[in-house]
Amino acid sequence: MKKFFAQTYLWLLLALLYAPILIIGVFSFTEAKVLGNWTGFSTKLYTSLFAGGVRHSLIDAIENTLTIALIAAAVSTILGSIAAIGIHNMRGRRRQAIFFLNNVPMLNPDIITGISLFLLFISLGISQGYMTVVLAHIAFCTPYVVLSVMPRLQQMNPNIYEAALDLGATPFQALRKVIIPEIRPGMISGFILAFTLSIDDFAVTIFTIGNEGLETLSTFIYADARKGGLTPELRPLSTIIFVTVLILLIIINVRSRRAARKQENI
Amino acid sequence: MKILRNILNYLSRRSTWALPYAIFLGIFVALPMILIVIFAFTNNQGEFSLINFEKFITQPEAVNTFVYSIGIALVTTFLCILLGYPAAYILSNKNLNRSQTTAMLFILPMWINILVRTLATVALFDFIHIPLGEGALIFGMVYNFLPFMIYPIYNTLQKMDHSLIEAAEDLGAKPSTVFWKVTVPLSMPGVMSGIMMVFMPTISTFAIAELLTMNNIKLFGTTIQENINNGMWNYGAALSLIMLVIIGISSLFSDSDEQSQNEGGII
Repeated sequence: MKKFFAQTYLWLLLALLYAPILIIGVFSFTEAKVLGNWTGFSTKLYTSLFAGGVRHSLIDAIENTLTIALIAAAVSTILGSIAAIGIHNMRGRRRQAIFFLNNVPMLNPDIITGISLFLLFISLGISQGYMTVVLAHIAFCTPYVVLSVMPRLQQMNPNIYEAALDLGATPFQALRKVIIPEIRPGMISGFILAFTLSIDDFAVTIFTIGNEGLETLSTFIYADARKGGLTPELRPLSTIIFVTVLILLIIINVRSRRAARKQENI
Repeated sequence: MKILRNILNYLSRRSTWALPYAIFLGIFVALPMILIVIFAFTNNQGEFSLINFEKFITQPEAVNTFVYSIGIALVTTFLCILLGYPAAYILSNKNLNRSQTTAMLFILPMWINILVRTLATVALFDFIHIPLGEGALIFGMVYNFLPFMIYPIYNTLQKMDHSLIEAAEDLGAKPSTVFWKVTVPLSMPGVMSGIMMVFMPTISTFAIAELLTMNNIKLFGTTIQENINNGMWNYGAALSLIMLVIIGISSLFSDSDEQSQNEGGII
């Protein structure tokens, strides 16, 4: 009985949480301009999003979002992993100072990070655009990479690296053949985290994107909503994003659970 | 030759590898934060002045928005605990819920763009004809931030030492006593980081409030953003600094559970 109530509560809450997304999904299959009007089943919104003579401006926004996320995630993974190895071998004050600074972007609200970087770029006289968005994203993604690589380094046997050096490997060979394979899982989850954070971001982007007409998905939605009406094509787009994220997360979860089970068996 | 070897030696010491990132942090984290302080304490001629803070105190509109935002954030946080704690409890209790998939379903919305989620909420309210306004704002905030409350509480409840509960039961405590005297106190770190993860973003978000209220209600984040957008950089920086102080104060109350939080990761 208790279990029944508990499960009912969970599913009610889930239904509430997912209701908005479901509505968007359902109404992505109708043509009506205004959400809530059902004018019969149609996939026109999907086709007009991708095909059509005119390239939909949403596609540009998506492309920017994805390329910015890829570049930012790649750079922060490299920068963060190398930094993590360095920090791991540091002691005392300097280590604390770096950790402190590393925590700042994670604890700061996005809007503060955004404004602080905005002030940096205007103070240095850098005109804002694609580059500044990428730099800003690297700034707030790298701390997460550092934190996901650090535990791997702590678990690693420090003698392996020394052994490699004793056996005649150069430090860089040892890095490539010994350290990187050990920390790879942390680098991968850091990359994924950075990628999703970058895609999700709105507050930092809006302050660093400038006004040259560059749009990411978030700023597009924002501008659109301020104009009053919402582009109907956002419905199929949100549906696609949601389904993609759902599938990705299921894959990641199934994989990590399988890996955990494998480890238990050993 | 010797200098070159020294440089090579220095470069191959592993602690040196943090150097690029240290420089990066200096330019893109430390310097920008210092700039906020500098801008906050100067007028638009670049001279030291307290005019921005004077303006904040004397302008009733900004203060009102500030107080109102804190109120909204408190209500949102309270509702999130009220709805989220039972959910986290059930999810982590093996007798009530065995499926890990349900737990994942609660965390999943965290990974969807916050504007897309808000958009969906607005669509839902439109669909069932709920007028957009204060009620919609609070509901929308709870929608958006509930997963951020459930996740840390669920995490601490899962890591909790269950033998303590068994001990309390063995010693004759009633289930309600066990819950209030053992489970709740032990889950406080999770509740605290949940509060941080809900309260702070609620104060600082902009755009979300505008979307949910058709631009009728402004939160503090929006005020800051508008000032920055209108070129009032110094005043905007001062408001940011005020927000930072509030956050600093509220983070003093919470335990430093952050570390395990971030290292645990979600994926």
